[in-house]
Amino acid sequence: MLNFILRRVGTFIPTFIGVSIISFLFIRLLPGDPILLMAGERGMSDERYAQLMTQFGFDQPLLTQYWSYLTGILQGDLGLSFRTKRPVWDEFFTLFPATLELSLCAIVFAVVLGIPAGIVAAVKRGKWPDQALMTTALVGYSMPIFWWALLLIIFFSGMLGWTPVSGRISLMFFFPTDTGFMLIDSYRSGQAGAFASAVEHLILPTIVLGTIPLAVIARQTRSAMLEVLSEDYVRTAKAKGLSPFRVNGLHALRNALIPVITVIGLSVGTLMAGAILTETIFSWPGIGKWMVEGISSRDYTAVQGGLLMIAVIVMVVNLLVDLLYGFINPKIRK
Amino acid sequence: MALNKLGLLSLGLACLALSTQAHSQDTLVYCSEGSPEGFDPALYTSGTTFDASSRQIYNKLVEFERGSTVIAPALAESYTVSDDGLVYTFTLRSGVKFHTTDYFTPSRDLNANDVVFSFERQRLADNPYNQVSGGTWEYFNGMSMPDLIDSVEAVDDMTVKFSLTRPEAPMIANLGMDFASIVSEEYAAQLLVAGTPELLNQQPVGTGPFKFVAYQKDAVIRYQAHDDYWGGRADIDNLIFAITPDNSVGFQKLKAGECHVLGYPNPADIAEMQGDSTLEVLEQEGLNVGYLAYNTTVAPFDNVNVRKALNMAINKQAILDTVFQGSGKAAKNPIPPTIWSYNDAVVDDAYDPVKAKAMLAAEGVENLKMEIWAMPVVRPYNPNARRMAEVMQEDFSKVGVEVEIVSYEWGEYLKLSKELDRAGAVLLGWTGDNGDPDNFMAVLLGCDAVGNANRAQWCHEPFDDLIQQAKVVSDQAERTKLYEQAQVVFKEQAPWATIAHSVVYKTVRQEVQDFKIDPFGGHIFYGVSLAN
Repeated sequence: MLNFILRRVGTFIPTFIGVSIISFLFIRLLPGDPILLMAGERGMSDERYAQLMTQFGFDQPLLTQYWSYLTGILQGDLGLSFRTKRPVWDEFFTLFPATLELSLCAIVFAVVLGIPAGIVAAVKRGKWPDQALMTTALVGYSMPIFWWALLLIIFFSGMLGWTPVSGRISLMFFFPTDTGFMLIDSYRSGQAGAFASAVEHLILPTIVLGTIPLAVIARQTRSAMLEVLSEDYVRTAKAKGLSPFRVNGLHALRNALIPVITVIGLSVGTLMAGAILTETIFSWPGIGKWMVEGISSRDYTAVQGGLLMIAVIVMVVNLLVDLLYGFINPKIRK
Repeated sequence: MALNKLGLLSLGLACLALSTQAHSQDTLVYCSEGSPEGFDPALYTSGTTFDASSRQIYNKLVEFERGSTVIAPALAESYTVSDDGLVYTFTLRSGVKFHTTDYFTPSRDLNANDVVFSFERQRLADNPYNQVSGGTWEYFNGMSMPDLIDSVEAVDDMTVKFSLTRPEAPMIANLGMDFASIVSEEYAAQLLVAGTPELLNQQPVGTGPFKFVAYQKDAVIRYQAHDDYWGGRADIDNLIFAITPDNSVGFQKLKAGECHVLGYPNPADIAEMQGDSTLEVLEQEGLNVGYLAYNTTVAPFDNVNVRKALNMAINKQAILDTVFQGSGKAAKNPIPPTIWSYNDAVVDDAYDPVKAKAMLAAEGVENLKMEIWAMPVVRPYNPNARRMAEVMQEDFSKVGVEVEIVSYEWGEYLKLSKELDRAGAVLLGWTGDNGDPDNFMAVLLGCDAVGNANRAQWCHEPFDDLIQQAKVVSDQAERTKLYEQAQVVFKEQAPWATIAHSVVYKTVRQEVQDFKIDPFGGHIFYGVSLAN
């Protein structure tokens, strides 16, 4: 097991360097000069342009810029945001808890509904529950996030008035956000109604962000269950007279879960991508919205730092999934 | 069953939501379109940042009257200009209090040191605040302040003297701009001693009608009325900016009563908003102009008759209908009608494709092929440049001119369109900074701006003489005459096809009283109140 862990961690380092290069180059490969964008229609003199190029280090060769970026990372310094003039590290970690909180809720939503839906579909294969669930999953998977979000807002917030339109908590609540997790901070604040307000603000964004992973998990669970249900040991269990719950829930599901866990791990990347749109629509102050603003203003330091941090998080989650996978299935360790 | 429970839970939470959504009557919530980059307006150039900082927290020496471009005294009670136009002396208002906050308690009122510091930190490289927060002081530089200001001195506690390197009549208007906000020198010194000068940009202290309370990044900004505000306490006790980047969502929030003012309603939603009895839609012509700039140094666009003919081939009404969809007004001058000195007597080139074709033939221009550059971004003065270019392409084809529409990424577009030998004509525009005609005419059409913001590369001496004279004359009536004349010359010479001025919409809830549209595109909440 130790060897397996070391091997997996060993692959982390070259991946990290690769990601740092890609994140550094990505924003620079996009056409558009951040200094000219800053000047806008007004423009600026050549002297002023040259002065700013020097000030931001953009006049240096790419390799020099990359080296300075890499050494900064190793010292925990992601640089100053070009747009806001604040440290990228601070900006990222101010916003990250909001994205994490939303992503966790979305993944819990997707798992809690997706796995049972997949089991039901597999057990009732070919019958109406299977068809209904899988058609719904396909619709959920194909639905554009932006449209889905607006539809929910218009119906639940606009027409029924059941849920708030956007934000993380009602504006009437004001308390220190020490952890950045609104559920925790609102609970700790002790203000009546604050926690409930935080929960209700989470409902629609969670549904929107969790829809695609929910569909994927449901479909994956169904196909994994179908495969397992045709195994001999399941037939034997049924022949022994075990209850359908024990057969499906314990014998079959346990073995079907391995590919499902992999899919859940991979969903972290999907959630980060989905968070960009979800956060923009729901005015959710997370890193997705922050990255979009960074890209449109060619905020090199913010985008490269943000991309790197997101990539590292996805890598760490997948590393943990790999380790969990190895723990569940010892054959994989070899 | 599980689903039923979930439904019940949702219903329960929804009831809670309804109970918590009502805001206190003394709290105004503004659905703002984006997050401020920081709270020191001198460091930035975006209107979103100015809304969150200079327009609520700070004051300038002079300010624009709310809802107009007329300059009024603010922190300076009065000022004098020397006969040679080189020295501006300001007498400060006495008893002006800075905000007392959790992080700063002022020991004194505003004085000349605050004014001097506010400019010197932008002007002098050796000022300890010059490099703080990566300061590039873009607006200060963009308005040529480093070349213009020779010195800023405190004559006494309540008198400040600005010495200029040349006479510049728009100087007063410049001092009403956001970068000229006055910050507390005492607070800055305190932060410097504490080793945290960057907090000047994160925990602002000003003299304005609202004091900063808290900012939750990308979510909410909170302000409180400044009790000792020199202009009288604001009617609103609490001001909240609910950051809502999606305007469709903003509309839903407005309808649900989650905010009172929506800054940038979608044009497509205006009709529905106008039909909603709980909302009021305000509109005003924007302080902007959208234009098509020919390169007047490249044949055949160096020929004024060719430019005139092309201008006559453009069906502006079709552009207003299809591109602006009712939210624009035809432009005939390079400045919008909301700016003083606008010359309404100027007659626009009439849409006449037959005459235009004949004029082109008379100039020997046949089978002309040209490029029209379409901006890749949405701007108030041009909501859809590609569509606008397509309308022009069709118009020009009627007079025998073949148009190729080209576009570039925005940064590239801005860069390439400045090149002196650029091919074709460029769609672009401008939103005014300070309500002075100089801010349009000199910046966009002056000889000094050729190769830069003057995309027509047009240097016409009679025009330039007029705008240069207007820069050095301080009497506004005299300046008005010069600019009116300059507009006549501009129309005769047609370096641009002037297209449109946008119409700006703001939507407020019915209970919002006395909200005025700011011609500069800002959102100012001092003077606004909420009806019970």
